Amino acid sequence: MATTDQEVNELIKREYEHGFVTEIEADTFEAGLNEDVIARLSAIKKEPEFMLEWRLKAYRRWLEMKEPDWAHVGYPKIDYNSISYYSAPKRKEDMPQSLDDVDPELLKTYEKLGIPLHERAKLAGVAVDAVFDSVSVATTFKEPLAKAGVIFCSISEALRDHPELVKKYLGTVVPHTDNYFAGLNAAVFSDGTFVYVPKGVRCPMELSTYFRINAANTGQFERTLIIADEGSYVSYLEGCTAPMRDENQLHAAVVELIALDDAQIKYSTVQNWYPGDENGKGGIYNFVTKRAACIGKNSKVSWTQVETGSAVTWKYPSCILRGENSVGEFYSVALTHNYQQADTGTKMIHLGKNTSSTIISKGISAGKSSNAYRGLVKFGPRAEGARNFTQCDSLLIGDRCGAHTFPYIESLNKTAIVEHEATTSKVSDEQMFLCRQRGIDPEQAVSMIVNGFCKEVFKELPMEFAVEAGKLLEVSLEGSVG
Amino acid sequence: MLSIKNLHASVEGKEILKGINLEIKDGEVHAIMGPNGSGKSTLSQVLAGNDAFEVTSGEVTLNGEDLLEKSTEERARDGVFLAFQYPVEIPGVSNLQFMRTAVNAMRHHNGEPEMNAAEFMKLAREVSKQVDLDPAFLKRGVNEGFSGGEKKRNEIMQALLLQPKLAILDETDSGLDIDALKVVADGVNALRSKDRAILMVTHYQRLLDHIVPDYVHVLAGGRIIKSGGRELALELEERGYGWLGIKDEATAASPAN
Repeated sequence: MATTDQEVNELIKREYEHGFVTEIEADTFEAGLNEDVIARLSAIKKEPEFMLEWRLKAYRRWLEMKEPDWAHVGYPKIDYNSISYYSAPKRKEDMPQSLDDVDPELLKTYEKLGIPLHERAKLAGVAVDAVFDSVSVATTFKEPLAKAGVIFCSISEALRDHPELVKKYLGTVVPHTDNYFAGLNAAVFSDGTFVYVPKGVRCPMELSTYFRINAANTGQFERTLIIADEGSYVSYLEGCTAPMRDENQLHAAVVELIALDDAQIKYSTVQNWYPGDENGKGGIYNFVTKRAACIGKNSKVSWTQVETGSAVTWKYPSCILRGENSVGEFYSVALTHNYQQADTGTKMIHLGKNTSSTIISKGISAGKSSNAYRGLVKFGPRAEGARNFTQCDSLLIGDRCGAHTFPYIESLNKTAIVEHEATTSKVSDEQMFLCRQRGIDPEQAVSMIVNGFCKEVFKELPMEFAVEAGKLLEVSLEGSVG
Repeated sequence: MLSIKNLHASVEGKEILKGINLEIKDGEVHAIMGPNGSGKSTLSQVLAGNDAFEVTSGEVTLNGEDLLEKSTEERARDGVFLAFQYPVEIPGVSNLQFMRTAVNAMRHHNGEPEMNAAEFMKLAREVSKQVDLDPAFLKRGVNEGFSGGEKKRNEIMQALLLQPKLAILDETDSGLDIDALKVVADGVNALRSKDRAILMVTHYQRLLDHIVPDYVHVLAGGRIIKSGGRELALELEERGYGWLGIKDEATAASPAN
């Protein structure tokens, strides 16, 4: 149908619904980065001494590092001295003792976002840690979690209350030398979430962190550390949004997961940072390092991500499969439109015997966007009997977008088995005609077809978020056919 | 019900329909026959509103309203249903979800409350029996991995669910064995009603043994060159299209079956 491309482009025009700015008094560092800034940051957070040393070491190394340019994305050079490295809502006391002490404006912000933090309106069965700019403002359901022995708090709190645990694991999966943005994060990370699930404990509820960038010209550098001790299980979800601003903002997070013997971590992300407007102005640069170490036997880590936001995304949630029989999974839906660029995928590093991994990646491109899958599957010399299955599917909407697949396979073990499947398809005119002939609105038709395409990934999300993810895609595709 | 006057349509600049005139009244069943390339499928696509075809002149009204100015989905909601010759697959979207979305779009248009999943499931199970489809098909992706016959039965099932005013069946008999043909024909016969019109497009007359039409039209070179009753189809079967001065390779190769 001659008009479909035009229709599709109409449908894709969407409104970003989380684009409001909260008027709130904040303590914000002046822009710029040097050792003094890092020392002030560490002091404000009342960190133990070893942390300042740790940060400075990372900073000095970072100064010698070069910003990577191999990803299939393009963006103007970032001036790291024009960014403020700390912004926190002002408070009378150092820490709010209860939610009553939290600024009502802030609570309203989270309510607007659909994340109620108030005791009476809490999300049923989901514990939330809310991170606003550089600090964690509230964590819900602390008590029942504590009863189960689960530690769920901001990483700043963890550094004060459980320094030995943090010290033992921080940077063991993503060292500060790993890459440019991980180095920067190690030097300046301001807050994030810490989870420790003790031996044999099945975490009684879903854990979730909600990240919100509010202040202008501020970077968000959060750090998440999750440790699942022997035989434990935890499911964790993060959600992200930011106001609409004309200038780009940097988000450079590091997430480290550690699974010991027989432990299981399920990590889900619904990323909806502001993607920029329809002309490609503004939006978040999302440069994130996420990695899991399956160090224990029979351990398992599943990454599930639904990526619809950000101007530029550069992200590869990975698994290092060290323990025998350990399992890594990666399920991803990445949707780009307008001028969004995404270079995302995963790395599965098989080191142990009989380790296995599954990669299911669904890329959806619309508008003038570019969507790349980049994945590495590597088998070390001791990875006897290891296997990987990879499936990369791309769906194109309209004819001005692009999809690219960059699979890398390295094998040092002859017994390793790897399977790779890739497909590219379009929302076809015939599919649209069939739906419309049955009386279905074009918008609803595209949304239904795209949701069908993503089904294998959505079924991996926790129930309440699968519904969210479906709705998010619907909003993201709004106006793409007219 | 349906009135077509001097309809001309082209695809990629090439004129396919060269002045079609046709009147169909409530309750009537019309068959359009003709050799390959005569414009049969184009006519059904144009009536359903496929944008790939451009209407260059003529008019079409459905119950007095201009059909051509309406979008595909508006025509569908007004009661135009097209059973596709080659129904396309929609991977990952369950048949059940697809059909319920369609039925609810129609109900919404008619000011009726939407059906919830449980209500619809019950209805869909009933109707699937009517076309001899295992209810397991409801859970599969739309047309995904269906055989030719299953796809055709699935189309008729949708017609039964949507209860259209005008059902256009595009080569609904092609690729069916005799048993499947009977099932499909039974489904179509169940659709027959005094307030519904049916337009069947077919190459062969065998479907008309099971669904007896009130009128038969022969389409060739983008025009209706002969109209008649049921006996016209039988005559075509006996004598082929050549009798009307039309060349048709397919018919010559495999007459009437």
